Amino acid sequence: MTAETTTPLLDIKGLVTEFRTESGVVQAVKGVDLTIGQGETVALVGESGSGKSVTSLSVMRLIAKGVGSITAGEMLFRTRAGQVIDLVKQPEGAMRAIRGNEISMIFQEPMTSLNPTQKVGAQIAEAARLHQGLTRKQAWARAVEMLALVEIPDPARRAEVFPHQMSGGMRQRVMIAMALACNPALLIADEPTTALDVTVQLQILELMRRLQREIGMGILFITHNLGVVAEVADRVAVMYGGRIVETAPVRELFARPSHPYTKGLLGSLPVVDHAARARGEQLRLRAIPGSVVDPRNPPRGCDFNPRCAWVIPQCREAVPPLLPVVPEHRARCIRWNEVNG
Amino acid sequence: MAEPLLVVDDLKVHYPLGKTLFKPGVTLKALDGVSFTVGRGEVVGLVGESGSGKTTLGRAVLRLVEPTAGKVHLDGKDVTALPPAELKSLRSRMQIIFQDPYASLNPRMSVGQTLGEALMLHRIGTRKDRDQRIGDLLEKVGLPRTAAARFPHEFSGGQRQRIGIARALAVNPEFIVADEPVSALDVSIQAQIINLLQDLRKDLGLSLLFIGHDLSVIEFLCDRVIVLYLGRVMEMGTAAGLYAKPRHPYTRALLDAAPVPDPTIRRERITLKGDLPSPVSPPSGCVFRTRCPYAIERCAQVVPPLEEAANGHRVACIQSHELDLSNPLA
Repeated sequence: MTAETTTPLLDIKGLVTEFRTESGVVQAVKGVDLTIGQGETVALVGESGSGKSVTSLSVMRLIAKGVGSITAGEMLFRTRAGQVIDLVKQPEGAMRAIRGNEISMIFQEPMTSLNPTQKVGAQIAEAARLHQGLTRKQAWARAVEMLALVEIPDPARRAEVFPHQMSGGMRQRVMIAMALACNPALLIADEPTTALDVTVQLQILELMRRLQREIGMGILFITHNLGVVAEVADRVAVMYGGRIVETAPVRELFARPSHPYTKGLLGSLPVVDHAARARGEQLRLRAIPGSVVDPRNPPRGCDFNPRCAWVIPQCREAVPPLLPVVPEHRARCIRWNEVNG
Repeated sequence: MAEPLLVVDDLKVHYPLGKTLFKPGVTLKALDGVSFTVGRGEVVGLVGESGSGKTTLGRAVLRLVEPTAGKVHLDGKDVTALPPAELKSLRSRMQIIFQDPYASLNPRMSVGQTLGEALMLHRIGTRKDRDQRIGDLLEKVGLPRTAAARFPHEFSGGQRQRIGIARALAVNPEFIVADEPVSALDVSIQAQIINLLQDLRKDLGLSLLFIGHDLSVIEFLCDRVIVLYLGRVMEMGTAAGLYAKPRHPYTRALLDAAPVPDPTIRRERITLKGDLPSPVSPPSGCVFRTRCPYAIERCAQVVPPLEEAANGHRVACIQSHELDLSNPLA
């Protein structure tokens, strides 16, 4: 193996992102470690307020100045040229050359991230012109080629329409075409299918899988949907209260959830017990009690302890470290071996 | 079998579009002849993609939108024929829960005022015992009695949905339309609300029309399921029967598309191409045929009737007898 394949595409170490609010400084991301390899899909899973979107915005360095900032950690990114750079330390000008080029992002609601006054072809062409120095004509040809790549029928004609003339699924395809126009090494997908119907969601997931095989980019897939995680991920990191509480290869995580929160999330999924239903029993879910943690007012010790069924006094004293369950599988819980037993 | 609580017969909601003095305009058929029943204590699920007409159906049943044609009977009473003045008395028997509880609660009214207003409008209880009732309602939905003095913004999304449910329950309805009540909630909170709905159903004997797009939630909560596409019913049956043996290609495709939280499963499945066609110019014959992998020429010529395929299981597909959907074409 060469050094190029052994060093990860993105290596995040100890990332801390803070926001200034009326009630003081709030840490939204509290020391996240995460790696993404070339061609690998890592799912970042969590509920509202878990810090998963702030983590992805931090990678893109899109945390608005004056509102929040990255206060610690490093994010080592290997560029297409093979250079390893720390995204935290890049000046804004250098980041502009990276965004949409080396690292691209797609969002949940394509309508709000597309320009409503510009033809979709022009929006895709812009990225190609900006980063690859193509002429207007070449860039337009590239846009049509990208629309064909994301399986939009009649791409030459569709390049001429405006976003509002397309369906939600089509718009998300346009977003993907735009994001991939410069062959990024890393794609960050923030809930890209959450606003779509299941039938269209499946189309988009299959499209992303195919493009990843062909282009070989790494994907950081942010989602709250464990079904989608099972479909797309190679590895999973579960976030709660700004920290990763469990990380494992996808099959390992679903087979042996070792943090009470992961276990609770899986237990919250409505799965019908057919035998119980046939007996006429009322079905119930093993819901997690309480509400998600308020980042402005986190509890002492483990963030999950107020909702946890395994809580012991020690849990209220200090935040537990990520403990190894098996190689590649770690859980931030001092009782993990009872939780997964 | 006892008389069903709700009987919906050939309900249509049509919207005229673009009609001017000089142009005839077109008709958007949001709902085009939907019939079904909801029994007492029964939970009926309504699924379909956006644009299928499921929200319109929920509202037309309550006359929150006016049906163009068709009948709705609640407990033998013709809802569609009631003059507006008499609708109010009916509203105390049929209620609705919305997807976004924050948008449907008045931010300037305390929770107690919101619930009290419902009681007052329907003249339930005396002024004196209203506070007692409000407290009882809050407890019923798993909130502390002290929540009455607080305002919507002080609550989390899940708690707000509990308030929305309490408001619907305030007037002791027999029938509730639940329009995607858990779709906007986090997974762990969604499970709490699902359990609450299960409890209320058992304790109060409520009948529910549950609108959703998450097929696993629908299967979990519902006794029977109706599958809607472009304003028409494609298939309806018991949840157990429909999930175990879908008879319409669209139902099969919906079930296939739902991601399963098990990474060891790699299924053969039908992937639908494209999007829902425009309801302004729906395909001729079977409205689903343009996305159906099994479509044949005849599908464009005849509108398939909703026919009994098995006991209580109805399907609108001319090929349903020949198709074996247990092994779909990949």
